[in-house]
Amino acid sequence: MERTGTVKDRLAGNGKAVVGIEGLDALIAALRDDGYAVIGPRVRDGAVVYDPLDSPADLPWGWIDEQDGGRYRLVREGEAAFGHVVGPQSWKTYLYPPRQTLWTGRRDGPGFTVSAPDGAVPRYAFLGVRGCELAAMAVQDRVFGVTPHGGRAVGEQQFTDSGYAARRNAAFLIAVNCGRAGGTCFCASMGTGPKAAGGYDLALTELVGDGRHEFLVEVGSEKGAAVLERLPRRAAETRDVDAAERAVERARTHMGRTMVEDPASLLARNLEHPRWDEVAARCLSCANCTMVCPTCFCTTVEDKTDLTGDHVERWRRWDSCFTVDFSYIHGGAIRQSARSRYRQWMTHKLSSWWEQFGTSGCTGCGRCITWCPVGIDITEEAQAIKNSEGRG
Amino acid sequence: MGQRRPKLAVWKFSSCDGCQLSLLDCEDELLTVAGAVEIAYFLEATRVEIRGPYDVSLVEGSIGTPHDAERIRKIRQQSKTLITIGACATAGGIQALRNFRDVEGFIRAVYARPEFIDTLATSTAIQDHVKVDFELRGCPINKEQLLEVLNAFLNGRRPVVPPHSQCVECKLHGTVCVMVARGTPCLGPVTQAGCGNLCPRHDRGCYGCFGPKETPNTAALAKQLTALGWNDADIANAFRSFNANAEAFRREGDVHEG
Repeated sequence: MERTGTVKDRLAGNGKAVVGIEGLDALIAALRDDGYAVIGPRVRDGAVVYDPLDSPADLPWGWIDEQDGGRYRLVREGEAAFGHVVGPQSWKTYLYPPRQTLWTGRRDGPGFTVSAPDGAVPRYAFLGVRGCELAAMAVQDRVFGVTPHGGRAVGEQQFTDSGYAARRNAAFLIAVNCGRAGGTCFCASMGTGPKAAGGYDLALTELVGDGRHEFLVEVGSEKGAAVLERLPRRAAETRDVDAAERAVERARTHMGRTMVEDPASLLARNLEHPRWDEVAARCLSCANCTMVCPTCFCTTVEDKTDLTGDHVERWRRWDSCFTVDFSYIHGGAIRQSARSRYRQWMTHKLSSWWEQFGTSGCTGCGRCITWCPVGIDITEEAQAIKNSEGRG
Repeated sequence: MGQRRPKLAVWKFSSCDGCQLSLLDCEDELLTVAGAVEIAYFLEATRVEIRGPYDVSLVEGSIGTPHDAERIRKIRQQSKTLITIGACATAGGIQALRNFRDVEGFIRAVYARPEFIDTLATSTAIQDHVKVDFELRGCPINKEQLLEVLNAFLNGRRPVVPPHSQCVECKLHGTVCVMVARGTPCLGPVTQAGCGNLCPRHDRGCYGCFGPKETPNTAALAKQLTALGWNDADIANAFRSFNANAEAFRREGDVHEG
């Protein structure tokens, strides 16, 4: 077959296609053929988690998640594969793993030799990346020096996290536009969803109901177009595109939560607000919010030795601004109280992140609300501070 | 290097022996440990008794008798470094439940010849009696953490035994939160990590075997446990277990005990 122009040009009409469930099968098979480990949503231990997928049969067909502050339940509803929203994990589990070996060392006479860990870069294909999650990856791209930015940290951003960058660049992203919003979702007010804005290779919108079960496919990259070409498909018609728009619009109008406007300046001018004491009384400082957050990136470094002391390993592990040790400097930890730790997290996420990285650190995914064991709600906290200002 | 191997002693007080058995349970690493240290006193493993002083003493068990209280002072005097292992040694153990009741009553009810029983009214942690250099938590302790502590002391570095919550450990392992996803009451948010998130991995709430984490907010958790359907007695029972006499758990237990 003769190939001319870009792959995207070769796709008929609007460049959008429609695939059936067998198309999803072919998609996963094609990606596996290309050497990708396909990771996507599947039901495990009462939640939808991101685990390796062998075939579309592993997807959570007919499961949706009911979410509220401190509460998550899977329930049977409909037959969609992507009727759920986001679960306890985010893709950072794969792009920025909870534990990484930085280097290993071996005693070598009077000195020691250092070796880097095995350099094989995993090639992941992520199936089902939501708009809020693509936005979160874009945030971490800035943090880890993959994307230049105009934030204050730009001068310090001379280095790129090579491990993150390698995994990120090798990844194939299949976005899913949400046709349903969860109880703790607030992407619409953060401007990150429910439609994927870009940064994907392919984007799917599930078209289900009225006797059909298909997926509208949009192309976001050359790489994505090349994969789409190998799938059984038909060109999308206007009615398909309209149905997809309606699905996303339904999600947009059913957001469980809303973030106040301009939380950055609201929080910046309320650093001594009494609300911080109220939330501190409820906060467990358990760090769940930071572990589930798709943009939280803080880590600590741990050294391991063997009994002889001849072999050492340096590990990097996820840490949290909610632990005491996190703010330990010479003489003690500077954030002793839950008040100071919660304030640090929330103001960083919504306010000082802008100065540092030129963007919000929150993308409105709602995980911190759902997975807080006592249901502390970042949107409610911001709203409470705003309301108190209104009362003058 | 031809240096003298550090002398290790393992001591037992009021306890079930489970924690010192964790050392024997090291299996693959046990020979390395035995090569790295001179096991000077460890009755579970050997009848050989080498006289002190000792470089490292591992102490299991709580102080429950006048004799215990006397003996731990002598051990401290003979030990360069003293590390407590397990909930008994660091918080008084399950036997500290007697701290909240009339011990004389128990003795009369349980023993045919109460006059033979010589016990203190309380079961207390080793650190309530002598200076402790490091406390390793757990009921029982985690053998990897025990090896880590021995490694750290032998190599002159700080042990990597973070005092953060059990929740961090669950999240690092990708374990789904049983409290949020199942509504199962769980002490994880106020409990120190270290067990390898054993119970949540098997759909059970955390029993708090590793005792209070740093800065635990037990009151906020108790409120949520109530919301999940527990009454005061359930909450008191949860805090009154292996670490009942650890301060944060003792206070929360007091609040809910009728």
